[in-house]
Amino acid sequence: MTLPDSTLPESDLHAYVDGRLAEDRRREVDQFLATHPEDMERARVYQEQNQALHALFDGVLSEPLPTQWQNPRRGWKSLVKPVAAAALWIVIGGWLGWSLRGTYNGRSAATIPFARQAATAHAVYTPEVRHPVEVTAAEEEHLVNWLSKRLGNRLQVPHLSSLGYELVGGRLLPGEQGPVAQFMYQEKNGQRLTLYVKTDVKAQRETAFRFAQEGNVSVFYWIDHRLSYALSGELRKDDLLRIANVVYEKLNP
Amino acid sequence: MNDGADITSHIPRLRRYARALTGDISAADDLVQDTLERAWRRLALWRAGSDLRAWLFTIMHNIFVNQLRADPRKLAQAGELTGADVSHATPQEDRLILRDLSKALGNLPHDQREVLLLIGLEQMTYEEAAKIIGIPVGTVMSRLSRGREQLRALMSGIGAVVQLKVVK
Repeated sequence: MTLPDSTLPESDLHAYVDGRLAEDRRREVDQFLATHPEDMERARVYQEQNQALHALFDGVLSEPLPTQWQNPRRGWKSLVKPVAAAALWIVIGGWLGWSLRGTYNGRSAATIPFARQAATAHAVYTPEVRHPVEVTAAEEEHLVNWLSKRLGNRLQVPHLSSLGYELVGGRLLPGEQGPVAQFMYQEKNGQRLTLYVKTDVKAQRETAFRFAQEGNVSVFYWIDHRLSYALSGELRKDDLLRIANVVYEKLNP
Repeated sequence: MNDGADITSHIPRLRRYARALTGDISAADDLVQDTLERAWRRLALWRAGSDLRAWLFTIMHNIFVNQLRADPRKLAQAGELTGADVSHATPQEDRLILRDLSKALGNLPHDQREVLLLIGLEQMTYEEAAKIIGIPVGTVMSRLSRGREQLRALMSGIGAVVQLKVVK
């Protein structure tokens, strides 16, 4: 169905702005707007309003929370249930531990290889159209300061414009031993790369590049000066290696 | 307990919404505090498996509306929002534009501001926003439409055009 020449339902204009239209419909609205400059202008301004709201208020997301919010006031009555539940879990945990003894030879069953964590985070966030990152590259200084503070290490964000990849921004993620930073890059054709960085207190060493393939995602990972890095992308191994080399050079000028 | 931990993970977003809604840092944090206290007290009433975020935002909406009812002047005169973050790393010209926007936002009627923020900032669907506020989807759409248009008019009245960087 194509739109009659003169009408665009108001609700469709908003759904267009908010990215809520199905692909087919979105294309029809695109065509309509191309010949209706006033509606086009409204759509543009409304989209800018959305972006401006994020620019104004997203900083709130990274403010430290007052401690009383993490542990709200409770009367003794409301404590009964959690305490009982905790006691139950202790009993279950003890029983599980006993019955599973010897199943894992001292090795923690929960440890997920670093490259897989990076590939998973890559696969989760790169398809995001509207929220690929928490803080965008427009606020790069804030982004780097914030993530550096959370990781307890001075981070650097390599710029990869020379390879055609622009920084989109970054986000904070939970890792197995603490916070992890993820920076995202995007090429003109939409191809995205992520650089996953965690603090590695034990590692006072450097390692060579190592490679892992997790489904479609290729990962090169290495350790350098107390930080572990993993560069992930849906690229061929040699192409990703070329980029990993540039990343490494930028981090070690 | 797990439910408690889940509530905690929603706090930053509740706080962002409260900040944008009230335009005042301490009023916003009070609103979050009240919301959390009520949520903890009523956690038993929350149906496991239903959307916890929507439930928390509904509680916040109800508290906000009650506060308005108790003291309409309190937020009707919000004027320029002071809770907005226009500081770090924002280039000078963008900063001025953002300040204008926060002023215009403070001048919107609260029911339009609420819809505009749930959708534009919190990225809720129209159906989610309707459920949280307790109004039909059609009303959400008309408030959204009026709110956006009014914001556009207020912004152009201030004489600025939002030209934010679009990240490609």
